[in-house]
Amino acid sequence: MKQAEPAASGPLSTTRWLSPENHAAVLAVTARLKDQPGALLPILHGVQQALGHVPEGAIGLIARELNLSRAEVHGVVSFYHFFRTRPGGRQVIHLCRAESCQAMGAVALEAHVKQRLGVDFHETTADGAFTLEPVYCLGNCACSPAMLVDETLHGRVTPASFDAWLKTAREAS
Amino acid sequence: MSFTVYVPRDAGALSLGAETTAETIASEAQRRELEVQVVRNGSRGLYWLEPLVEVVTPAGRVAYGPVQAGDVAGLFDADFLHGGAHALGHGRTEQIPYLAKQERLTFARVGIVDPRSLADYRAHGGYRGLHNALQLAPAEIVKAVTDSGLRGRGGAAFPTGIKWKTCMDASAAQKYIVCNADEGDSGTYADRMIMEGDPFVLIEGMTIAGLAVGATQGYIYLRCEYPHARDALNAAIATAASAGHLGADILGSGRAFQLEVRMAAGAYICGEETSLLESLEGKRGQVRFKPPLPAIEGLFGQPTVINNVVTLASVPIILDQGGAHYRDFGMGRSRGTLPIQLAGNLRRAGLVEKAFGVTLRELIEDFGGGTFSGRPLKTVQIGGPLGAYIPLSRLDTPIDYEAFAAIGGMLGHGGIVAFDDSVDMAAQARYAMEFCAIESCGKCTPCRIGSTRGVEVIDRLLAGAERTQNEVLLRDLCQTMLHGSLCALGGMAPFPVLSALDHYPEDFSRPA
Ligand SMILES: Cc1cc2nc3c(=O)[nH]c(=O)nc-3n(C[C@H](O)[C@H](O)[C@H](O)COP(=O)(O)O)c2cc1C
Ligand code: SF4
Ligand code: FES
Repeated sequence: MKQAEPAASGPLSTTRWLSPENHAAVLAVTARLKDQPGALLPILHGVQQALGHVPEGAIGLIARELNLSRAEVHGVVSFYHFFRTRPGGRQVIHLCRAESCQAMGAVALEAHVKQRLGVDFHETTADGAFTLEPVYCLGNCACSPAMLVDETLHGRVTPASFDAWLKTAREAS
Repeated sequence: MSFTVYVPRDAGALSLGAETTAETIASEAQRRELEVQVVRNGSRGLYWLEPLVEVVTPAGRVAYGPVQAGDVAGLFDADFLHGGAHALGHGRTEQIPYLAKQERLTFARVGIVDPRSLADYRAHGGYRGLHNALQLAPAEIVKAVTDSGLRGRGGAAFPTGIKWKTCMDASAAQKYIVCNADEGDSGTYADRMIMEGDPFVLIEGMTIAGLAVGATQGYIYLRCEYPHARDALNAAIATAASAGHLGADILGSGRAFQLEVRMAAGAYICGEETSLLESLEGKRGQVRFKPPLPAIEGLFGQPTVINNVVTLASVPIILDQGGAHYRDFGMGRSRGTLPIQLAGNLRRAGLVEKAFGVTLRELIEDFGGGTFSGRPLKTVQIGGPLGAYIPLSRLDTPIDYEAFAAIGGMLGHGGIVAFDDSVDMAAQARYAMEFCAIESCGKCTPCRIGSTRGVEVIDRLLAGAERTQNEVLLRDLCQTMLHGSLCALGGMAPFPVLSALDHYPEDFSRPA
């Protein structure tokens, strides 16, 4: 089960209350998707795609639009590892922790990545550039260790190749 | 003169630089004023050679790999467009022993066709199965699948024909076909390769399933870690629909089948079929009690066939060539072929589709080429994170559901993860419990609490505290989880733990 997230640390405007633009963005997503059966997951994906996360303030709105209780929507959001209720970094790094990658050095790589970024899993670097998340298999087990940055997959990642990637990514941002 | 060059768009190949390779080939061709068409295929599954570039020659496709951008100019200089000799050359692709020794039925087209092209799919035998199915009564389609001996490739190995018959016999206004594309097991990637490399075969398989049981709506529940598969599926579905291969009137038959991709959200348990259905309904992915079976009361309470990607993708060839053709491969009660995924510490990790009966040793040594590190092999884990660690003394076990059950293992989705002698089996046991704790749906206590306790007990054991007592406690806990869990997450997480403990006791008694 997903662990409870620590209390929101960002500005309240991005969590509890929605800005008018974000309010409109959430409504645009619900309007587009709410009539399909089992609409909640597609809607949460849509909101996270539009806003980068599913803010607390969106939960009540989604609940209202789907005729669900806030608790139901909150329960779903908190069940799935993928949904975040707080803003993440500009890029999300999913680092594989699973067995095939372990067999190819993922444990040492994980320690290296955390040290380089100065964060633990589920945390965002101080400059807001990267959020680090664990993932349990990326289906790239023939090219372990694997890492997914947003939607770009990397294979045979080593501490050295991670550093090279990080340097380029920092320069680009 | 115009040349055709294949460079995979498979996610694994992309992860090793295939995009840059493809771009460089295109720009180098332009610079040299050569007419080269770059086709983006799936992967042949020879991942140590990715990015694997293939050139079409009169003698067949010729392979070069791994090709990085920096190698491209040299390949042109060596006249690779005519199959010229080069240090990265491997001769004709089909003759590379790793491929030549396989029996590719389900993967017949993966790596060969352009996954975005319906015409290419049809030119390689695609939609012949559906064409035949449209001439058959539902019961005849089900019979062909039953006769093939096909068993579910998602893990539980349940006979597919029986599942379909149950759903066919249920009466309801609306039925569903759900494809389980959650592929959560570590060490597995066959579903991904099919969805990216031959998406139409999955669409065709699901359409046939719909005809068989009378379902008009299909969903592919796809893990969100697979953005490349999502794009490939959505493109193929749109193409199939606009060509009348999906929709209200399939191939002019008057029969309807609609298909949609739904994205999962990163919960391993949602690969379990009832949890998956909850998730598709927009709820927390908590496991349901069975009965009722999904085939009778599944998605939105309606009769539902839920099958794995590989299972459904094996249906078209069965309807094309007949159940007996498929059944002729294999051994015992394991009929047909299994796409085996070699992973972890191997020199030649990749996809090997073989008839059941091939031994673990052949796979690890002949295909896999031994460990990548060159150190001695220590263990292999088969069947994902809930699969047992198999000791080397069992390497002669054939790939067969029953043979694996007999040694306390399971084939699951066919992933084999190899570890060299640097692995600490106590750490692997701890990880198995930790994974169960992270991914438990929380419905039952042995799994939810037991896994967390399991991590603690292993930690105490490794700290050297009361070793014997803690080992007894750990074994007790495993028994409770084995027998008291509602589903296989809690019910099988003890397998890797106990197998590590039984076969590698020395790793649990190192000086703390
Ligand atoms: C914890 C757990 C995870 C599972 N994950 C998957 C999965 O990722 N993909 C899959 O096809 N089956 C998975 N299964 C098996 C499914 O419950 C189910 O047996 C399968 O979808 C049926 O399809 P098949 O008969 O074609 O194999 C999982 C089962 C359990 C208990
Ligand atoms: S065994 Fe674990 S995952 Fe399965 S139903 Fe029980 S709590 Fe949920
Ligand atoms: S185990 Fe890391 S990609 Fe599969």
